[in-house]
Amino acid sequence: MQNAEIRDHVRMENITKTFGGLAALSGATFGARAGEIHGLMGENGAGKSTLMKILSGAYSRDGGKISIGGTVADITNPRSAHGHGISVIYQEFSLAKHMSVAENILLEDLGGGGWLINSKELSRKAQALLADIGFADVDVNQPVSNLPIAYQQIVEICKALSRKSSVLILDEPTAVLTHHESEQLFGIIRGLRKRGVCIIYISHRLEEIFALCDRVTVLKDGQIVDTLPIGDLTEDRLVRLMIGRELTDFFPLRNAKIGETVLKVQNLSAGSMVKDVSFEVRAGEILGFSGLVGAGRTETMRSIFGADPVDSGKIFLDGKQISIARPRQAIEAGIGMLPEDRKHQGVLLDLPIRVNAMMMPVNHHANLFGWIDGRAEIAAVNGLSRALNLKAGSIDATASTLSGGNQQKVALMKWIASDCKVLIFDEPTRGVDVGAKVEIYRVMNDLAARGVAIIMISSEMLEIIGMSDRAVVMRMGRVTGELSGKDIVEEKLIELAMGVN
Amino acid sequence: MQNPAKFTDTLLKYNILLMLAVLLVASSLLSDAFFTSQNAFNLLRQLAPLMLVSIGMLLVILTGGIDLSVGSVAAVGGMIVALALPALSFGGPFGLLVSVLAALVVGLLLGAVTGIFVSIFRMAPFIASLAMMTIARGLAYLVSNGQPVRFPRDLSSAQLLTAFGSKGAPGIGLPWPVVLTILVVAAFYVIMKNTTYGRLTVATGSNEMAVRLAGISEVKYKFLAYFICGGLSALAGVIATSRAGVGTPVTGVGLELDAIAACVIGGALLSGGKGTVINTIIGVIILGLIGNIMNLLSVPAYPQQIIKGAIIVMAVLMQSVGSGRSIRI
Repeated sequence: MQNAEIRDHVRMENITKTFGGLAALSGATFGARAGEIHGLMGENGAGKSTLMKILSGAYSRDGGKISIGGTVADITNPRSAHGHGISVIYQEFSLAKHMSVAENILLEDLGGGGWLINSKELSRKAQALLADIGFADVDVNQPVSNLPIAYQQIVEICKALSRKSSVLILDEPTAVLTHHESEQLFGIIRGLRKRGVCIIYISHRLEEIFALCDRVTVLKDGQIVDTLPIGDLTEDRLVRLMIGRELTDFFPLRNAKIGETVLKVQNLSAGSMVKDVSFEVRAGEILGFSGLVGAGRTETMRSIFGADPVDSGKIFLDGKQISIARPRQAIEAGIGMLPEDRKHQGVLLDLPIRVNAMMMPVNHHANLFGWIDGRAEIAAVNGLSRALNLKAGSIDATASTLSGGNQQKVALMKWIASDCKVLIFDEPTRGVDVGAKVEIYRVMNDLAARGVAIIMISSEMLEIIGMSDRAVVMRMGRVTGELSGKDIVEEKLIELAMGVN
Repeated sequence: MQNPAKFTDTLLKYNILLMLAVLLVASSLLSDAFFTSQNAFNLLRQLAPLMLVSIGMLLVILTGGIDLSVGSVAAVGGMIVALALPALSFGGPFGLLVSVLAALVVGLLLGAVTGIFVSIFRMAPFIASLAMMTIARGLAYLVSNGQPVRFPRDLSSAQLLTAFGSKGAPGIGLPWPVVLTILVVAAFYVIMKNTTYGRLTVATGSNEMAVRLAGISEVKYKFLAYFICGGLSALAGVIATSRAGVGTPVTGVGLELDAIAACVIGGALLSGGKGTVINTIIGVIILGLIGNIMNLLSVPAYPQQIIKGAIIVMAVLMQSVGSGRSIRI
């Protein structure tokens, strides 16, 4: 143990971090060595990204100690992390698209220590860095936006190298790459390992972890499960490490009375994220949609709801084919959607609860001229507020004053008021505390008991297992399987989500 | 967390009323001429066009946009009414009504053009309205050859128009343009407070994405804001013409900046979703008072501008300190 600690280049001890009362990390201890590729794995929300954001200074930690190369490192912001040789490459690149490749690579030191920019010197340095990792052919004077995505990633890596980084964190780097581009990237990463760089590699793709990594650390619920050499692992064992928890009595019981099929989707394709998706959902049923982030679940629902265009496929409601080009048509047909990004898409934060609750194409409390019957509306909103057990001082309070769970209830009000037959919940409990989670589950159960067909997208396996009557799993835009009742278990969900055979 | 937010809101309201009160007290102390009904009526009459334009600007700002064309559209409106009066074969109240309606329709059309570019073609409001600003100004010069348009004094409809501009309502003698403005302001106060139109206009500026996903056409509310703003601007131009007794193509130069200043002093957010009719009107009055008191004190024109600018900055600063939002979050 002592020995291992000494060999670690990056050492994070007892790191804790809470967000609004929720523990994202509770006492995580993590170490990675120079000259190794260290995989970081875990379910969505296990704390991988939080841990790496603390290492890179994007988040400040609540407790714990970080040391780099054996000395304590006081990392409080991205700049101090750079100072310790730590660089991150996120899924979304932070490149200045209209500036040249050379300017991007050397953005932090354009003048080479002076005030003036010597563009010849700049190009030469950038060219040297690129040549170093085998990409001497890239023209450093063209704008970054001219490059294909894979090359933009290479620019990001060179940018990190220009800082003489000793630690390079890659967060799902292959998500946007083709197979061939991924192979190229792996070559570069292996080259960096040979030069003694400590590489921390976050990925959901098991095959990449096994192809690339020397050791793997598994995180779960904000804690480290184990760190193991890749040789000691199999795909099955890794998946089991990522799961391994008990289903608590977290989920309220309910007697589902499942009726006729309400919504039926056949061979739906939309954009690059939704490919030939078919499923159906019945009255009174809760249909879970499981899969990894970016599997195309949200996109599927957005196209059904008319928020994104549909390329092909059929949608039936109560047996009749319908065509939906705009959200308004979906709402008129009786489909409602609670979007995943509550603050940006679900509620109007600066406006009162009352306005949020009645934000519908047709306000039932307004006459032909749009004149609102204030008294009737207040009564209706108060009624909704009681039914949902909303915790708010008054319905004139702005949505921003409410907790996440209560905001979610406010976003839900308009759909309850407009009597939807199908309700789509996209990550309904993300960023919501435990008590409010249970409340939201109760509301979903109540709605289902009233015969509403419910579709619930969730990246939390427990939620899918605890709430769903059936679960559809998606991977890379396609439905990879459907489970129902007792068959909905974490192992099968993960296998389907990750494409393990 | 409810109390601080409520407290902030009261403070914000209080802020602007406080500023108004301070200006009123200071004005009456500084000049004896200030607290006379003559001065008050004059001031209100001068401010009437700006009030109308500011209401239009507020609608646009609430949706998260900006309309730089209001001054030019006012000029066009003022020209149209001056040209229409003698062109009509009939005079009297009906002649005046038709002329004013013609001006309004043209104003609405110009607003509609800006609105279409902003809402349907998603052009940046700044650019679309900047283009309309020069186009409308050009139109105003074009129809008049750059000259003021006089209308015959003996025309009964023209006499009505100038009477409207110079006389007051029976009783206390409140100037007619002020009466009209009060009616329009009251109407918009009620509309913004009590109708789905008012509510969804604010909602569109507050969170366009959420509004779209609630099945509401944000395009419609954006369009309507520019459309109505065009109409109100033209009406402001008509009032300007009625007061001057002549249509001039230079009407309303710089009016857009005063209107934006009034909205902002009144607490409207340029990013949309926040602002009220009453506070905007108070903003107009504050702007007017600053000019009025300096005139009464015979402050020369150039220092006036500097002082006015300083007071605008102070007013807005007071509000951001009062709300403290950017600091707390």
